[in-house]
Amino acid sequence: MTTTAAGPRPQAAGPSSGPALFHPTVARLTYRGLLGRRRALLLLALPMLLLIIVVAVRALAGQDDGTTADLLRSFALAAMVPLVGVIAGTGAIGPEIDDGAIVYLLAKPIRRSTIILTKLVVAIAVTAAFCAVPTLIAGLILNGNGQRLAVAFAVAAAVASVAYAAIFLMLGVITRHAVVVGLVYALVWEGVVGNLVPGARTLSVQQWALAVAQKVSENSTVTSDVSLPTSVVLLVVATCAATWFAVRKLSTLKLAGEE
Amino acid sequence: MTTIGIDKVSRWFGNVVAVNDITMTIGPGVTGLLGPNGAGKSTLINMMAGFLAPSSGAVTLDATPIWRNEQAYRQIGIVPEREAMYDFLTAREFVEANAELHGLPEPGAAAQRALATVEMQYAQDRRIETYSKGMRQRAKMASALVHEPSVLLLDEPFNGMDPRQRLQLMALLRRMGAEGRTVLFSSHILEEVEQLAHHIEVVVAGRHAASGDFRKIRRLMTDRPHRYLVRSSDDRRLASVLIAHASTAGIELDWTEKALRIQAIDFAGFTEFLPRIARDHDIRLYAVSPSDESLESVFSYLVTA
Repeated sequence: MTTTAAGPRPQAAGPSSGPALFHPTVARLTYRGLLGRRRALLLLALPMLLLIIVVAVRALAGQDDGTTADLLRSFALAAMVPLVGVIAGTGAIGPEIDDGAIVYLLAKPIRRSTIILTKLVVAIAVTAAFCAVPTLIAGLILNGNGQRLAVAFAVAAAVASVAYAAIFLMLGVITRHAVVVGLVYALVWEGVVGNLVPGARTLSVQQWALAVAQKVSENSTVTSDVSLPTSVVLLVVATCAATWFAVRKLSTLKLAGEE
Repeated sequence: MTTIGIDKVSRWFGNVVAVNDITMTIGPGVTGLLGPNGAGKSTLINMMAGFLAPSSGAVTLDATPIWRNEQAYRQIGIVPEREAMYDFLTAREFVEANAELHGLPEPGAAAQRALATVEMQYAQDRRIETYSKGMRQRAKMASALVHEPSVLLLDEPFNGMDPRQRLQLMALLRRMGAEGRTVLFSSHILEEVEQLAHHIEVVVAGRHAASGDFRKIRRLMTDRPHRYLVRSSDDRRLASVLIAHASTAGIELDWTEKALRIQAIDFAGFTEFLPRIARDHDIRLYAVSPSDESLESVFSYLVTA
């Protein structure tokens, strides 16, 4: 290695400067990791499947409001959003913790809350982009936004993306099996229990998002078991609580347990 | 001038004690943290790096606790043992990202300086995933040096490096130490530490076994009693001749092994004396094998010394 004389010692910016809640470099590292080749394909798979299905349904069954609402609720909102949320939410931090690369973020004069909030913003943006946009397109293909179904479900997908991203990001921090736990939660709780057990529906992100869709759409078949005010409160509480817990866990994350 | 203080520090994982009541001070210059695998070196380094809270005691940087104090990283550079980096980036992007994360005013220039220091500019635009082990190690070094820290912590930095890369890294660390930085590296290989550090801290089974000048500790290690298993054409006669010599501390006739178990105190004297005495007395040596030459036994001896 050379004995190149080091230049003037770089002066680090003081703690008061720089973004407090969002760090662009953390965001860049997160989205580049998230949109790496394999994971990008995974993220694209479900939206592509949705579009293929709606094109087929539109071609075979024609334009129908009931079918549109059913398809957007049962496939887009109940399956696609939570599954994309699992991939984006856990993928925003889980792999870095697993392989130890998170060291390069943690060994910096950056608050742990900034790391989590930045990663949350990226996870939300990716989930919403891969869910809300395809949902809107699917709705437009199915019935041309009749009874504002396309917009209603797109807004619902975006709202659900926020809560799912926060919940799955938290799982990515607290467990090495975040993807498995996330899938079980998404499929068993949101998919089965949330649809079958009346009481559990109150605690289902899907139902909270449906309440938003119900408000936006003009279709009477789009209904939620949870009222809109309750849904909004629960969405905010779930998102904030998951984020707070993720910050707490990252602050005391133990990187060394091998010995 | 930055000093790391470790004061009565213990760390346990469940029922396992990884670090047991260790007190040491790491000052400017190069310090080697030596110990066998699983001795607690990584746990200690992780506590100094603020990645692990001590179960009891305090780990400080110039008297300020390091745990949950992210401002400490303005002074600390860390080269972790684990391989993973952001492999999808090039070294230039990776080191620049580290400079940005440190809030440096000119991250591009700082990254170039760090990459030049580790001689990695020639490969800086290749993705890290295409790098060899030694190149990855240098990229890690560049990321740790980008903010010119006063403390450099390296966990087993020579693992998997070829001899040339090893010499280069040693020269760099020596220079860092000479500049007045506090450089601490861990190793389980005696020769590595011997070549680089004058001051060493020895950790065995979570305990602080020795501290101080390398040569003094090395002498302690080589002057300890050595055990040998010897088979010869006439074990009894060989035993009677050996016991008369000052380098032999004890001899046991092992009937089951049909061999002599010899405890020697003067390593150099014994290894010269044994073949000479065998030749002089016309005794044929069939086997001479050291029975406790593992590093663990060397370290264990230090604990009891």
